[in-house]
Amino acid sequence: MRLGRLSALSQEQIVLGMAVVLFAVFALSIDGFLTAGNILSVIQNVSVLGILGAGMAMSIIGRGIDLSVVSVMAYSVAWTLSAFNQDVNLYLALLMGFGFALAVGLINGILIAYIEIPAIFATLASGTAVAGFGQYFLVDTDVVFVSDAVGRLMSIGSGRTLGVPNSVISLAIVAGVLYWILHRTVFGRYLFAMGDNTRAARVAGIPVRPMMVAQYLLTATIAFIAGLVTAMAVESMNTRVVNSTLVYDVILIAVIGGISLSGGRGSVRNVLIGTVMIGVLLNGMTMMNMPYTAQNIVKGAILLVAIIADSFFNPRDEQTSQQGDI
Amino acid sequence: MLKNIKNLLVATVVMGLCCTSLAAEEWDDGQIKDTRELLKGKRVGFVPLSMGIDLGQVWLAAMERDAKRFGYEIVVRESSWNVQNGAQAINQLIGEKVDLLVIHPAEVQAWAKLVNKAEQSGVPVVQVNMKSPNTGDAYVGANWYDSARLMVEQIHKMCAPENGGNGKIAIVQGVLTSPANYIVRKSMDDFWTEYPGLEIVADQPADYDSTKAKAVASTVLKQHPDLCGFLGMWEVMDMGVAAAVKEADLQGKVHIVSSGGGEKKSSCDNIANGNFDAVVSYEAEDVGYALASVVTSLLQNPPKELGKNPIGVYTPSVAITKNNYQDSMCWDLESVKRNGF
Repeated sequence: MRLGRLSALSQEQIVLGMAVVLFAVFALSIDGFLTAGNILSVIQNVSVLGILGAGMAMSIIGRGIDLSVVSVMAYSVAWTLSAFNQDVNLYLALLMGFGFALAVGLINGILIAYIEIPAIFATLASGTAVAGFGQYFLVDTDVVFVSDAVGRLMSIGSGRTLGVPNSVISLAIVAGVLYWILHRTVFGRYLFAMGDNTRAARVAGIPVRPMMVAQYLLTATIAFIAGLVTAMAVESMNTRVVNSTLVYDVILIAVIGGISLSGGRGSVRNVLIGTVMIGVLLNGMTMMNMPYTAQNIVKGAILLVAIIADSFFNPRDEQTSQQGDI
Repeated sequence: MLKNIKNLLVATVVMGLCCTSLAAEEWDDGQIKDTRELLKGKRVGFVPLSMGIDLGQVWLAAMERDAKRFGYEIVVRESSWNVQNGAQAINQLIGEKVDLLVIHPAEVQAWAKLVNKAEQSGVPVVQVNMKSPNTGDAYVGANWYDSARLMVEQIHKMCAPENGGNGKIAIVQGVLTSPANYIVRKSMDDFWTEYPGLEIVADQPADYDSTKAKAVASTVLKQHPDLCGFLGMWEVMDMGVAAAVKEADLQGKVHIVSSGGGEKKSSCDNIANGNFDAVVSYEAEDVGYALASVVTSLLQNPPKELGKNPIGVYTPSVAITKNNYQDSMCWDLESVKRNGF
């Protein structure tokens, strides 16, 4: 290896190292950073990002991408809440929202697997369509409030269990289930194969098209869960989030953790490391009271470094136009 | 039987004739006919920040009440929180030669040139609640300077050392370039000396997004567990701050002063349930009344020279607090939607 000793380190390890260094610097320089409460809040504040990131990681591993997650998250949950506020039974309302998310996932999957539209365009368009459709037909206010009548559902986003914020537990559960799917099931193994080399996977007899549909159904499901966690955490769902840069932050944490954008590489662990890294960064910058624009510079620079590192450690293979050394 | 139906028909036609002719003969008080004549068939272009928030909805309801009665039309083109969308909408409405433009700018400078352009094309402009530096022909809405003063006064009452607090406060801003946010934040700096003893330990924007506000607030609370209060910029965003305070079990200890339009769900309910200690309202419903009158005035009497003598109508800022709170201090969007303005 011509890169010498550095190449023995994976990007994941480098990012983990950066997170540790940042953590140490913040711990030494900022009062109140190194308290048990703050450490938990580091993760808590990025738990929704982590949940979405885990879903995004799965679709990137299968050599896809889902840019519609934020729209799906916002409008499926906003519809659930506004139906509930208009006296629809809670379970029925949840089912409606979840059904809507699944319908979008299904359409995404069909567009990508059967009509063969590149995932990035299909989901970009469907995300915009969902936002428009949602605004026009599903909810008539930008912000839908959560009433206390939702009862125990509230606890998936707010409150604590044994001192750990519930949203962190939600992240852990989603990450755990995804880990199991990716690394312990046939579906997961097929997904890696598909992401590595779709044609070879098809020749080998893997049902590539149905797999793709399943993949987008799963990201839509995760988006719905992320939306519920968000809504319960701040007692409202702000559909305006579709206009924000959230989806780029989601890609950021997946890529920064070392998931290769060209598919077939990565694990849930990468996302968690990316999430912690961004969490530490945002928390420290807020505590330092750093101006917003400067925070954006730092975030953007880190994304660039991560992408450069990605192509450095996973160079493009001329023959398969796939990055990595298969 | 057939004859009966025939008679019925004749009776209906006769009654119809009698009553339409009666309706056409409106009592002429010396003004109403001219008013109708001047307003009939006019088109007003309305470019709100969003029709998904209480503000856009109540203002449209207010203008439509008059539009329906006097036979003119309100054309709504949302900017959906996007400066470009709004600029496009304004350009198109100018191209369509509407008789009046009502805009709700999201950014201090972005639409300033378009106001000039509208004037050059002969379209009068009304800016509502937020404004570019050049007014156009009217500004109707909040006096943000007043709001800022009331907000500082409220947090001073709760947190200044002379009132038993430790003076430590944090500011959660919205979008830095939004006129409301910009003016309020700058104006606050004028009042720290009038209301002394407050120390700003954090000053971070959260993009009018409750999720970001919650993250900022919870981080600030970790660093300053003895914080006395938050100054927010918009009720919806500040619910995130309230969620962070609740989660840290500091409700009642950390105070929240927010700002908003005085709608029941967003303003009064949040005082009643203890989320906020005070909301400084600019009375969005009053803005609606004023806007509707300014629109009918300008449609009847368009300025001779556009932009030369703009009108200013500033609604009062009112602090709704735990102590003075009454349901009647707020207006109810649900009821506006159900029963009209």
